[in-house]
Amino acid sequence: MAASSRAQVLDLYRAMLRESKHFSAYNYRTYAVRRIRDAFRENKNVKDPVEIQTLVNKAKRDLEIIRRQVVSLKSMPAVGMVGRTHIPSSGTALRNLYLPGSSSQVHIGQLYSTDKLIIENQEKPRT
Amino acid sequence: MLLRTAWRRAAAAVRAAPGPRSEAPARGLRLRVVDNAPQSAVPSDTATAPEVESVLRPLYMDVQATTPLDPRVLDAMLPYLVNYYGNPHSRTHAYGWESEAAMERARQQVASLIGADPREIIFTSGATESNNIAVKELEAAIQPDTSLVSVMTVNNEIGVKQPIAEIGQICSSRRVYFHTDAAQAVGKIPLDVNDMKIDLMSISGHKIYGPKGVGAIYIRRRPRVRVEALQSGGGQERGMRSGTVPTPLVVGLGAACEVAQQEMEYDHKWISKLAERLTKKIMNSLPDVVMNGDPEHHYPGCINLSFAYVEGESLLMALKDVALSSGSACTSASLEPSYVLRAIGTDEDLAHSSIRFGIGRFTTEEEVDYTVEKCIHHVKRLREMSPLWEMVQDGIDLKSIKWTQH
Repeated sequence: MAASSRAQVLDLYRAMLRESKHFSAYNYRTYAVRRIRDAFRENKNVKDPVEIQTLVNKAKRDLEIIRRQVVSLKSMPAVGMVGRTHIPSSGTALRNLYLPGSSSQVHIGQLYSTDKLIIENQEKPRT
Repeated sequence: MLLRTAWRRAAAAVRAAPGPRSEAPARGLRLRVVDNAPQSAVPSDTATAPEVESVLRPLYMDVQATTPLDPRVLDAMLPYLVNYYGNPHSRTHAYGWESEAAMERARQQVASLIGADPREIIFTSGATESNNIAVKELEAAIQPDTSLVSVMTVNNEIGVKQPIAEIGQICSSRRVYFHTDAAQAVGKIPLDVNDMKIDLMSISGHKIYGPKGVGAIYIRRRPRVRVEALQSGGGQERGMRSGTVPTPLVVGLGAACEVAQQEMEYDHKWISKLAERLTKKIMNSLPDVVMNGDPEHHYPGCINLSFAYVEGESLLMALKDVALSSGSACTSASLEPSYVLRAIGTDEDLAHSSIRFGIGRFTTEEEVDYTVEKCIHHVKRLREMSPLWEMVQDGIDLKSIKWTQH
């Protein structure tokens, strides 16, 4: 993998901020946005390419964590807090919350994918 | 006012659809009962959405009582709750092996946060169990010169940091065991069990953005500290704490410790900044406010303020939009003022009017500003109503009054 360019780092930064804004919980959302900004700002003068790659890899892992958590937590009721204007995030999820028979699009387990069981491979027909 | 109509609507919903907790105390919980109300409402697009929006939860400023899970911690735990559900003590199959690997990784994460060896960490159900194990140790090794010193690293009520390194030094020179309950300190201030000569340490998961129901005890191996097991059974955790180790919970504890180690400095800076903002604003706007606890040796995230001439409980009830506390949750059932405040020599009347503000990793400037604004407003209002305040304004010295009995 080629060393991360400035453009790639910026793309990652934007992707992380964009994804963080989907947290429906006020405290998680504000923390994520703040932490991401401060972390990228703190490391903006790093010159060593190995160190840059390490940081980029960690950021990519954190981006995946945010993506998974945003989806997992979408099925939790997103209630507003005192003093906050209600920021309409995950609107459809909010409405689908208590509809009978509705469930979040993806089961939480699928986000943490695991290998298939032994017998599932044997079920495949031989050609 | 929008809030008043929201409350009225909420109250009507409570009367209409009694929730399972209808007998619970009103403050705060009433909102949760209403949270369930939309279940019974007809799910039409336009009707449901505004209903849910109008129910507002209070801000959370009580991190000493418990902390929310960090998303990184939940992310680490979920696979072990859903997919990798093996018993870590099963030695004969992959489910057991992967669960055990996760448990040992978590043990390493906890150990590295406090400078210990992983073999010195025993998982428990929380800091309370750890404390019990540590204190019972005193009875286990009864010799003429054995004793145990047990000190809290950071006090949970006033946030004072105890001089742990100095105490450790004294204890090790006198051959006395040194235990510290570090529930409020782990992951927040740098701790090293070897530098501070700590023999036993209690760790709590839910105080460091980890899950509830799990903790750990650090037990020194060199020189060996012998403890007696509280819980006997299958001999897990080196015989010191039998019972299946709850893999998802310990993975959460380990992840919380790792995150805390990485974020300690950043969190400390942020929390100090917000704490300074809160205390400055309150003290500049209100007279007769006392901060309890030594200002120098103080953990910034726990601010305990006494507002003279205002009753603490009534201020808490007035600040219903903010989740606060007036002392530790351990003693909340009794009406006695905090024993900690009494111990530091606070006047009885000031002890009754203390409020604890908790600032944590996820607290925002907005929340602090809102809390400060409401606090100032209500303290002023309550003081206006207080006859004691009136007397003070007239220049009467309250200490000189002889109160008669009727």
